Amino acid sequence: MNRRENLKLLFTGSLATGLLLTNCSPEDKQADLSPKIAGGTPGGRIEEEIQRDQRLLSETFLTEEEREKLNVLVDIIMPADEESGSASEAGVVDFIEFMMKDAPSYQTPMRGGLMWLDSYSNDQYGKLFLDLSENERMEVIDKIAWPEKAAPEMRGAVSFFNILRNLTATGYFTSEMGYKYLGYKGNTPNAWDGVPKEVMEKHGVELPEKYLSYYLKPEERGTVAVWDDEGNLIG
Amino acid sequence: MSFEIKSSGESYDVIIVGSGAGGGMASKILSEAGLSVAVLEAGKDFDPAKDEDRTQLRPAWESPRRGAGTRVRPFGDFDQAIGGWDIEGEPYTRAKGTSFDWFRSRMVGGRTNHWGRISLRFGPNDFKRKSIDGMGDNWPIGYDDLKPYYDRVDKLIGVFGTKEGIYNEPDGFFLPPPKPRLHEMYIMKGAKKANMPVIPGRLSMLTRPINNERGVCFFCNQCNRACQAYADFSSGTCLVKPAMAKGKVELYTQAMVRSVTTDESGNATGVSFISKVDMKEYKLRSRVVVLGASACESARIMLNSKSKTHPNGVGNSSGMVGRYLHDSTGADRMGIMPELIDRERYNEDGVGGMHVYTPWWLDNKKLDFARGYHIEYWGGMTMPSYGIGFSMDTMRKYLKDEFGNPSPNGGYGEGLKKDIRRIYGSTLGMSGRGESIPQFTNYCEIDNNVVDKYGIPVLKFHYQWTDQEVKQAKHMQDTFEEILTESGAVLLGEKPGPETMYGLATPGRIIHEVGTTRMGDNPSTSVLNSNCQAHDCKNLFVVDAGPFVSQADKNPTWTILALAWRTSDYIVNELKKKNI
Repeated sequence: MNRRENLKLLFTGSLATGLLLTNCSPEDKQADLSPKIAGGTPGGRIEEEIQRDQRLLSETFLTEEEREKLNVLVDIIMPADEESGSASEAGVVDFIEFMMKDAPSYQTPMRGGLMWLDSYSNDQYGKLFLDLSENERMEVIDKIAWPEKAAPEMRGAVSFFNILRNLTATGYFTSEMGYKYLGYKGNTPNAWDGVPKEVMEKHGVELPEKYLSYYLKPEERGTVAVWDDEGNLIG
Repeated sequence: MSFEIKSSGESYDVIIVGSGAGGGMASKILSEAGLSVAVLEAGKDFDPAKDEDRTQLRPAWESPRRGAGTRVRPFGDFDQAIGGWDIEGEPYTRAKGTSFDWFRSRMVGGRTNHWGRISLRFGPNDFKRKSIDGMGDNWPIGYDDLKPYYDRVDKLIGVFGTKEGIYNEPDGFFLPPPKPRLHEMYIMKGAKKANMPVIPGRLSMLTRPINNERGVCFFCNQCNRACQAYADFSSGTCLVKPAMAKGKVELYTQAMVRSVTTDESGNATGVSFISKVDMKEYKLRSRVVVLGASACESARIMLNSKSKTHPNGVGNSSGMVGRYLHDSTGADRMGIMPELIDRERYNEDGVGGMHVYTPWWLDNKKLDFARGYHIEYWGGMTMPSYGIGFSMDTMRKYLKDEFGNPSPNGGYGEGLKKDIRRIYGSTLGMSGRGESIPQFTNYCEIDNNVVDKYGIPVLKFHYQWTDQEVKQAKHMQDTFEEILTESGAVLLGEKPGPETMYGLATPGRIIHEVGTTRMGDNPSTSVLNSNCQAHDCKNLFVVDAGPFVSQADKNPTWTILALAWRTSDYIVNELKKKNI
């Protein structure tokens, strides 16, 4: 291997470390950066990303008690029904745990909002939120779940519940269960041939006559394109 | 950590800095001419066909943040632009009272891995704006100079579209366009009522094959994740890798170029770079140096290349390096289409971008601003990702029950779950992308007080929009409301007013920054000649968007590619003639 190849491979990182690093001190050797905890995002990650995902996955933000409250709350927001499971079954609390660390601006509103539930429950019923009866819990939730009906002094708690609703809904609809419930049909290889005819009819739209002969014909997807000198497709 | 400057003694015919659109095209053309080429890339290798690099066809739950953006990937966790607005250890600064955001990608292929693939030719007017409205400057070349190269780029890389015969939106060699999606058909109806054109998009995805080396589009809507079938254009997969397979091209990754080295006569002798692997400085020698590091990064390298013969930086005897920095204008608006609530489900992915768009359609002589904009449309039943189900505290009221009563905002429970399912795919929007007027006073320079972690002085930006761009944004907002309303949509959010410059995006945000090493016939007012060759360093060339005299209301990539091809042809000829 000549010098140029050595140099090039050093920068592309494709050479085993042994050869070129033999003269280096131990601290020059690269640390083992392979992920140790499952769950980080795959696909072309750089070290900074791998390390960050690993750190976030290894840290815990929510206390046991906060998790318990969230298990109840997310299922109030996205309950199970005849068609699909609930938010807690879809792993939404784990997702919220991760987002608290990934986007730390969520931490104070979330922690504060969960605390508020207890103080308010204590003031109104002399019990913590989790010790309330189901009816009492729903009385508390109804005070903060409807932004336009909520009392002005509830504004802070309404904001908390808006955040919690956002995270619960997004956590649910980005889970495998959520995709199924939504009826999402995309992200599979296909040959797009336009909006189904019956859907166009229902919506009263049609393809412009002018372009009909120009649109991609799925049966021609295998043929290498050939043009004449004027840029007309001729094959 | 030790810091040692080595001269490796490696020598090439050409060193190309950067592996994006311009660098990639130069690597292909120059190596095919038999020249030995080194490509230096500041990031790592990247190949979406390798499973370890693939994010295409991954559902949201494979990301613990469900696809939300991060510092490294602000456009989403699966987006394949590794870098972002704020790169660890690579700062930049802004002059007080001005703003500019700089998006960089550190990876083979650069920003072409995730870009929107909107591939528009500049038209005849776009090269001669000063002759039309008296502002800015004309290019020293015209459409006819670039047309043959646009033609070649179309055939080499592939772009779909339709021949329209619009004077300033030149036609090319188009692949068949995909049929419009449902929301796009609503927009076509609305635009027709508003008397505005909507034509098939012009994007560089292979709806049909152009050769046997790249696959065809399988319609996953995820071009921003880079295509494992190479069915969309990325510089790494379509230019650099094929050039390496065929010719004498050597790729140096993690190589952060500090400066262009020069000899006593002022000619370029190669480059000096820092290896990110061992943090040591290395030198490579070459007969020709080609900068394609992006408009601002190439300007930075030139400004940092100071010597006795080039006291202000190589190529900068005019003082114009960094000047006339300009980005496209941008503004957006969104609406909800009641007719699309409770819609039928089918796979509506299509290509990773709009199937239809509106080219600039008005005459500026009848308007209070000088330059035009095009409109991009978005919407549809896209893959659920972080953010789906948000804002039901303000959006739920748009859903009506069976008796026609609007749902109350907010809430919880089975009804909320159903309403989110009902509203899915019913929002749509549009983005205007327009031409700004290049200004001498909008520029980047070296900030002598700040270095990056490689010890290289960083850029300081000075940028303010003028009245022209603000008025254009106001016009965009009026247009957006008209199209949305005529399409039957209900406008969402407040119409942006003068307090936000009508929603005009911060300079840099549209990621079409150009003009920092502009070309011209006069060496005292331009950096490069009409062949993108430095006026004061004849073996130094620039192939990114730095040479642009003005950024049309078109996306710059197709013009970068055509110009880089033309410049490469010139380099080959000049070397043959022994002029350089």
